[in-house]
Amino acid sequence: MSLQAIPMILADKNATFWFPPKASTFAEETDAFFMYIFWISVVFFVLIVAAMCWFCIQYRRRPGYKGDSRALHNNALEITWTVIPTLIVIWIFARGVYGYMDMMTPPPDTIDINVTARKWDWTFQYPNGAIHPELHIPVDRAIRLRMRSEDVLHAFYVPAFRAKSDVVPGRVTVMWFQPILEGSYDLFCAEYCGDQHSEMIKRQGVVVHDQAGYEAWLAEAAKPPTHPVAHGYWLYGRLGCKSCHSVEVDKKIVGPSFAKTYGESFKNTKGETLQFDEEYVRRSVLYPQEQMREGYQNASQMPSFQGKLKENEIIALTAFLQAMKDDAFLEAVQDGDLSQDEAQALGYADEEEAAEEDASEEGTGDTTAGDATTGDEAAADTSGDAGDNN
Amino acid sequence: MSHDDAHGGHGDHDHLPFLAHHFDDPEQQFDSGKLGMWLFLVTEVLFFSGMFCAYALYRSLHPEVWTFASQFLNATLGAFNTGVLLFSSLSMAWGVRCAQLRQRTGLVISLAITLGCASMFLGVKAIEYTHKWELGLLPAGAYESQFLPGAHHAGLSSWLYVLSAVPALCVIGFGIWYGLAMVKKDKQTSEIAGPLLVTALCYFLGVFIGVAFESAEAGEHGGDHSVAAHATDDHSGDAHEDDGHTTDGGDDHDAATDEGHSDSGDHSSDEPDGEHSEDQASHGAPPGKLVSTEGDGPVVPGAPREAEIDQAGGAGLFFSIYYCMTGVHAIHILGGMVVLTWLLVRATKDHFNEEYFGPVDYVGLYWHLVDLIWIYLFPLLYLIT
Amino acid sequence: MSATATSANYSQPDSDNFLINSKGFLSWALTLDHKRIGLMYLIGVMSAFFVAGILALVIRAELMTPGKMFLTNQQYNQVFTLHGAIMVFLFIIPSVPAALGNFLVPIMLGAKDVAFPRLNLGSFYLWVTGAIFFLSAMLWTGLDTGWTFYTPYSTTTSGPVVAATMGVFILGFSSIFTGLNFIVTINTMRPPGMSWFKMPLFLWATYATSIIQVLATPVLGITVLLLAAERVLKIGIFDPQFNGDPVTYQHFFWFYSHPAVYIMILPGMGIISELMSVHSHKSIFGYRFIAYSSIAIALFGFLVWGHHMFTSGMANVTTIIFSALTFTVSIPSAIKVFNWLATMYKGTVQLNTPMCYSLSFIFLFTIGGLTGLWLGALSTDRPLHDTYFVVAHFHYVMVGGTLVGFLGGVFHWWPKMTGKMFSEFWGKISCLLIFIGFNATFLPQFVLGSRGMPRRYARYVEEFQELHQWSTYGAFLLGFGLFVALGVVIHSLMRGRKAPPNPWGGATLEWQCTSPPPYYNFLNPPAVNDPYDYLPLEYRDEERGWEYVRPEAPSVPTSEPEPAKS
Repeated sequence: MSLQAIPMILADKNATFWFPPKASTFAEETDAFFMYIFWISVVFFVLIVAAMCWFCIQYRRRPGYKGDSRALHNNALEITWTVIPTLIVIWIFARGVYGYMDMMTPPPDTIDINVTARKWDWTFQYPNGAIHPELHIPVDRAIRLRMRSEDVLHAFYVPAFRAKSDVVPGRVTVMWFQPILEGSYDLFCAEYCGDQHSEMIKRQGVVVHDQAGYEAWLAEAAKPPTHPVAHGYWLYGRLGCKSCHSVEVDKKIVGPSFAKTYGESFKNTKGETLQFDEEYVRRSVLYPQEQMREGYQNASQMPSFQGKLKENEIIALTAFLQAMKDDAFLEAVQDGDLSQDEAQALGYADEEEAAEEDASEEGTGDTTAGDATTGDEAAADTSGDAGDNN
Repeated sequence: MSHDDAHGGHGDHDHLPFLAHHFDDPEQQFDSGKLGMWLFLVTEVLFFSGMFCAYALYRSLHPEVWTFASQFLNATLGAFNTGVLLFSSLSMAWGVRCAQLRQRTGLVISLAITLGCASMFLGVKAIEYTHKWELGLLPAGAYESQFLPGAHHAGLSSWLYVLSAVPALCVIGFGIWYGLAMVKKDKQTSEIAGPLLVTALCYFLGVFIGVAFESAEAGEHGGDHSVAAHATDDHSGDAHEDDGHTTDGGDDHDAATDEGHSDSGDHSSDEPDGEHSEDQASHGAPPGKLVSTEGDGPVVPGAPREAEIDQAGGAGLFFSIYYCMTGVHAIHILGGMVVLTWLLVRATKDHFNEEYFGPVDYVGLYWHLVDLIWIYLFPLLYLIT
Repeated sequence: MSATATSANYSQPDSDNFLINSKGFLSWALTLDHKRIGLMYLIGVMSAFFVAGILALVIRAELMTPGKMFLTNQQYNQVFTLHGAIMVFLFIIPSVPAALGNFLVPIMLGAKDVAFPRLNLGSFYLWVTGAIFFLSAMLWTGLDTGWTFYTPYSTTTSGPVVAATMGVFILGFSSIFTGLNFIVTINTMRPPGMSWFKMPLFLWATYATSIIQVLATPVLGITVLLLAAERVLKIGIFDPQFNGDPVTYQHFFWFYSHPAVYIMILPGMGIISELMSVHSHKSIFGYRFIAYSSIAIALFGFLVWGHHMFTSGMANVTTIIFSALTFTVSIPSAIKVFNWLATMYKGTVQLNTPMCYSLSFIFLFTIGGLTGLWLGALSTDRPLHDTYFVVAHFHYVMVGGTLVGFLGGVFHWWPKMTGKMFSEFWGKISCLLIFIGFNATFLPQFVLGSRGMPRRYARYVEEFQELHQWSTYGAFLLGFGLFVALGVVIHSLMRGRKAPPNPWGGATLEWQCTSPPPYYNFLNPPAVNDPYDYLPLEYRDEERGWEYVRPEAPSVPTSEPEPAKS
């Protein structure tokens, strides 16, 4: 995502000189504590610098002045300046532990969301099975994140929540927070994770709804479109394909672009010529390292989607790739979004209505019973598999 | 060089040829050297301590894997090597004493024995290593499951010939050198070349002893295969696992495992196994590399878990740590052999005496430390039951 | 030992000094003289600093705008890796101990050389080899792991990680051997009369540093060795793909790299202890405390590595213990600052260039130390971890502390090393520029961090731009200040007036020989006295330097440096 494309959202009215908005229950304590330490430090710093300046002037070398070299030791003074800082740091330590234990102890009643981090994207999996690249949560509810990484270290960091935790591959890291302020906040990756580390952010990607808004969003997010092309595009946005494969012709982010590649022939790393066809798409999704395209040997490794994708989803992805040969469709998705109108114009919309790619748009009416079931089933299966594989 | 010029100006050190210009007296020089050596040994201990920590950590996390994997190490060979190193320590200590008493011949002989023992140790180690490479007992990334039948382990490994190339060259080279020295009646040179020739030969002695022990072991209870065969039998109730593999030859392991892998993929996801899903954190990996982490089939609870342990991947980690620790130790043995050779050369020149025996003393300390580390490695790696 | 010996040390022919007593490239390349090795290190670390400093400016320039200025993401990652790695491994760690330490340790001890001169030269060439390895690895295809080589990124990236880790390994052994040499030298080669508590504090700091170098660096050695094995052999110890654990790597790495922070700062503190006393012309306040605190910091430093991993998912208890231990280190550091201030009290303060640098040190190090409180406290560390707050904090300690201390030390001992004085006026100007530039660079970064700007970002969101720009302007001012400082020393080499043996009025032994010292440092064993007793020193206008004035002591040994039996 291009940073320049985002309008300036400067000077949030809740932000202060030092801090972003206080959007979670942690913020009050952490910020207050921050300022206490700040003022303690200011006092010490001013005393030290003032003494330094005063001594420099008072005892400067000048004609007629003779220093007194006997002041070498003063027990009372030395004890004082040892004991006072010691007491202060003990207090700071204790208060830090107090705040920390709060951050580490989730309350019993939480909404659990599974987070998967990969180079260079986040995926959130909701209790109802919905998978979405943004984090949507209700206000005033404790949220617990169970986080996994598919490749390297990442860190989940929402400054407005004052919450951060590393995501360590091979482990499940748990963190929690309770948002108290509706709005949308930035999510950063705070642990260096390679090339696009600084792009692994979700600008306004953490959305705090009121309870009703959250439920409505959640219900909507679980429904994939039924038309295979739209479904494929929907998966493309949600599974993290987007972060490595562009939809612009020949634009290499990490892996090859998806635009106009279907049906082309290409060379693999061994120099054999292959066809980009249905079989190749399937193998690449399941065993990505098997047949790598020439020139991408050094690209960072694509994770396998084996066990995470159902065949019908692979079919949908294939259909989407196939549609990418079409200029009109390419243009439609290149703005980062496939709107309902665009889908309809291209004939990729569902019969009754098109499921929305953009979650912020208002929800839809009914889908046909059969379609809805398929969709839900697919989502639920996907989530189950993904969970086991982590 | 300025240093030499300046040194020339100081006639007062002439009676002490090895007293460096910046020391006041031999005692100060000796103390400095000794302190320096002790500090160096401290760094060596800390260097190894990193690996001991890794060992402790992973053993405490997967004790069963450690017990399982350790049975592939040949404790007899380990014990033999321990004995060899202990003896070399003794001869080294003897050498230090000879140096202090200015017994030139005694020093040369003790150093030769020490070198010979070191070399024999490496010969045995070469047998152990190549045998394991042949069996696929490799670091985690290349570890091959021991429950795949295959034509492993027939006779000597071809790796052994590779490893033996350098000692063989040494035998030839030192042999010629020694011969020439004898022909020329150059006593001092023959005193260097002779022990070195013996040292190189000792490597092959070690190899033969290793082969002998290894085959005796194999004759006694069917060798390492008994472990694999035994466990595979226990597993025979599980048709899926056996059918998947017995039909495949040993040559296409990877293919076989890929099969097993894709077959068992659904099983593993159907069977939620708490501990197991943790182990599978590596789903991002390409299938070919997952031999050790994901090729598991369903396991009947209560059945012997060896195959599962083997394939859950920890065994490879054990061998990683085994190779790192013994490998770094072997490098230290090699380094020790280089400095011992240097001492040997100086000893033949009669450099050491009551006043000046520091280098022998320091190398002795180093050698004892290398020995000591092995004494820890042996029980920690070989004797886990 | 006697006082007349001192004057004998002053009266030597100029041709005998170590810089020119032998000539030719090989006389330097193969020298065993600790002073020449020290100077070669000085040139080496300054070159490394120059390279890494330019890279810092490249980073700051790139961050002028939120989007792309002129570096791609990958190039940016390589540049910050290169900057961090060169600064840490090639500059800060060897700067004071290897460059100044090599020059000063034997002279301050009144010895002729370090205990193992060949090992010392060997360490230098290990440093050179490591540096070549390291630089070629990084310039060749570009290393992008960050200087910390965190797994599993470092085991999967395509960069030349193995070559770089071998470079670190070699540099580590260079550092170990230097430390070992100093410990032995200080233990066995102190002259008669110099008990432990009559040693200059710089030696105490060096001693403490050397302990860390000897005890911690081997662990780094094995860590990078395992990392290389991880890449080459896939041993899996740190790689979750083979059941390893990346957090284990972090423990291993920080077990060295946190003590390494004290390898960086302790010698700087040692320099400041000397500078504050000499330029205040007053004995150091609380000598024993400063000496003990160096050792205490060195030992506590081994127990606090976990504070780099507060968000890595350690157990709560472990985290809390590491937090508590972290605070224990802050106390000795704080008291050192108070002691330095008290040293000025009722002294005769002279604002020479080195003194200006050491006052800057106190100012900047205090900020660096105090901001550590936020990071040591668990609840405030949570949001601040891995943000620009941390970046600013450690730059205040490493640059504001170590670099400024190092520059102060270089100016302080420059006359001794080269025999030339430098321009006081321009020296002070350089100090002022560096001081202002540094604060302008890093103060805004504290605010950036507390507002949530993460580290190692090539691109950032627009809100942060203004502060980033301030920081960039500051960085260029800082760079300019450093160039002025470089100009001052180069001018001094070309045009500087001849330095007296004791231009500042120091009482430690190095001021008792000529500037620059002769090959053997002292023609006669120097008179050992209290290193901070300034009473017998008097200023001589004609020499523009200080001289010992004291009653004649009784009989003197011969002029030859005969082994002095203790």
